[in-house]
Amino acid sequence: MDTKILTKNFGLKDSHLLSVYESTGGYQNLKKLFGMQPGDVIEEVKKSGLRGRGGAGFPTGLKWSFVPKDSPKPKYLCVNADESEPGTFKDRYLLELDPHRLIEGMIICSYAIDCHNAYVYIRGEFVYPKVQLEKAIEEAYQKGYLGKNILGSGFDLEITVHRGAGAYICGEETALLNSLEGKRGQPRLKPPFPAVVGLFACPTVVNNVETISALPYVLENGADAYRQFGTEKSPGTKMFSVSGHVNRPGNFEIPLGYPLKKLIMEDAGGIKDGKALKAVIPGGSSVPVLTAEEAMDVNLDYESLQEKGTMLGSGGVIVMDETTCMVKALTNLAHFYSHESCGQCSPCREGTGWAHKILQRMLGGEGRANDIDELNRIADNMAGKTICVLADALAMPIWSYLKKFRSEFEALCRS
Amino acid sequence: MSFTFNDENKKKFDAILARYPEKQAAMLPALWLAQEQNEWISPEAMEYVASLLGLTPAKVYEVASFYTMFNLEPIGKYHFQVCRTLSCQLCGSEDITKYLKEKLGIQKLGDKSQDGRFTLSEVECLGSCGTAPMLQLNDDYHEDLTPQKLDELIASLK
Repeated sequence: MDTKILTKNFGLKDSHLLSVYESTGGYQNLKKLFGMQPGDVIEEVKKSGLRGRGGAGFPTGLKWSFVPKDSPKPKYLCVNADESEPGTFKDRYLLELDPHRLIEGMIICSYAIDCHNAYVYIRGEFVYPKVQLEKAIEEAYQKGYLGKNILGSGFDLEITVHRGAGAYICGEETALLNSLEGKRGQPRLKPPFPAVVGLFACPTVVNNVETISALPYVLENGADAYRQFGTEKSPGTKMFSVSGHVNRPGNFEIPLGYPLKKLIMEDAGGIKDGKALKAVIPGGSSVPVLTAEEAMDVNLDYESLQEKGTMLGSGGVIVMDETTCMVKALTNLAHFYSHESCGQCSPCREGTGWAHKILQRMLGGEGRANDIDELNRIADNMAGKTICVLADALAMPIWSYLKKFRSEFEALCRS
Repeated sequence: MSFTFNDENKKKFDAILARYPEKQAAMLPALWLAQEQNEWISPEAMEYVASLLGLTPAKVYEVASFYTMFNLEPIGKYHFQVCRTLSCQLCGSEDITKYLKEKLGIQKLGDKSQDGRFTLSEVECLGSCGTAPMLQLNDDYHEDLTPQKLDELIASLK
């Protein structure tokens, strides 16, 4: 069975062009869409079991159903293209190689939630993907797939691309909304959730690029067809970005439930230079690390990874071989989260900074006997104590690296 | 040294305003236009953006200073930004930075070369981990870097 839904056009020449997308059936189901009741679209997406592919894995149809139908306020869709989770580089390729799939997905979601103004918030560094997307949007306007009265349906939709300016935290959905509103990208307290009070204080759905790009398939083939892929609880396909010490790094679209071992050892060509595997981060840098043994015995679906004490996250798989210094790897991540903390919550602003300083000192040969306890204590005081989960995103690596690779840290701490 | 948008950017700004129900949402787009026009965002440019959006200059500074891509000081014509985060580090980004420091004659990250043409920085994950090590030079990504590729890249710059 061909398992390519999101990436099926990646190999085609000029896959980013409207004519190529149309030639593979793209936009052909909009007539069907406009013949459906919005509520039925939401039901179909619910039935498909599609979950948010940005990291949190929240059921997509359910998220949409929280948008109040009787609200007199305008509703908004914000597509999260602020791809910044270290190890993740899938949305970039979806934007560059198949932007029309995203646009069609946005039309589907907008119709379902009664949105007429949708935004794509794209990270500032993605200049080329932004150009590709804007050209595609222009093409779609010219062809009448966007704008007023799309295909005579009476449905209007405007899409605007909004460029970020360098801040990891803007991938957090409420920080994204603040940034789009022209403010500092600092997360908001929840509740209220964006579905009720979101962009410009109106009901808003924020969905990842990959999530939205899966919608044209679901609409065309139905929820049951989508559920052929993946497992009962984790249906569908997902893109995994593999990087680090492998022979063939890259993006791989696989059905959920696929063995991580197969992804690394076969699809990504195995470990570079014939070295042994030491550790794998399976879902972007913020999820708990797996030892080689754990990684070779787990499937890539939400439940299997949870059983192993980690998460599927964004699907950013970072592979580390036997030569990797785990203290250095954790120090690198602590630097990242310390740099990217927005600074509004003390446990995160101070905790990420202190963790980085201690790790830096350890790496420099000045480790102290109580440093490991101190790092664990800092992580305990970060996780769950802040407005958003950036603090947790460093606490989880700290706990897991210290637990699973403790001897490497101890070797750097004087007793 | 006052700042105003040139005619082209004035038009672009008006078109941007029409895309949002609230003026302040045009903040990041306006700051981008200012930076594109002047290569950096001066205090005068922030005052100008403030006047366009009906905000205080302090409010604009508060936002501009939050985002790493807004240059609040002039930088070199060519800005090398080497990705330093985990996947790139595993694949040798430290060597890339070291090589560039020597090649461009830059002692400290964030500084300009003596002739003022180059700025060298390290930045966090650029979402290009599968082609590590990599860097962003102005708008463009350069991937799967080697010293030889860096030599060619530098030689190609006018």
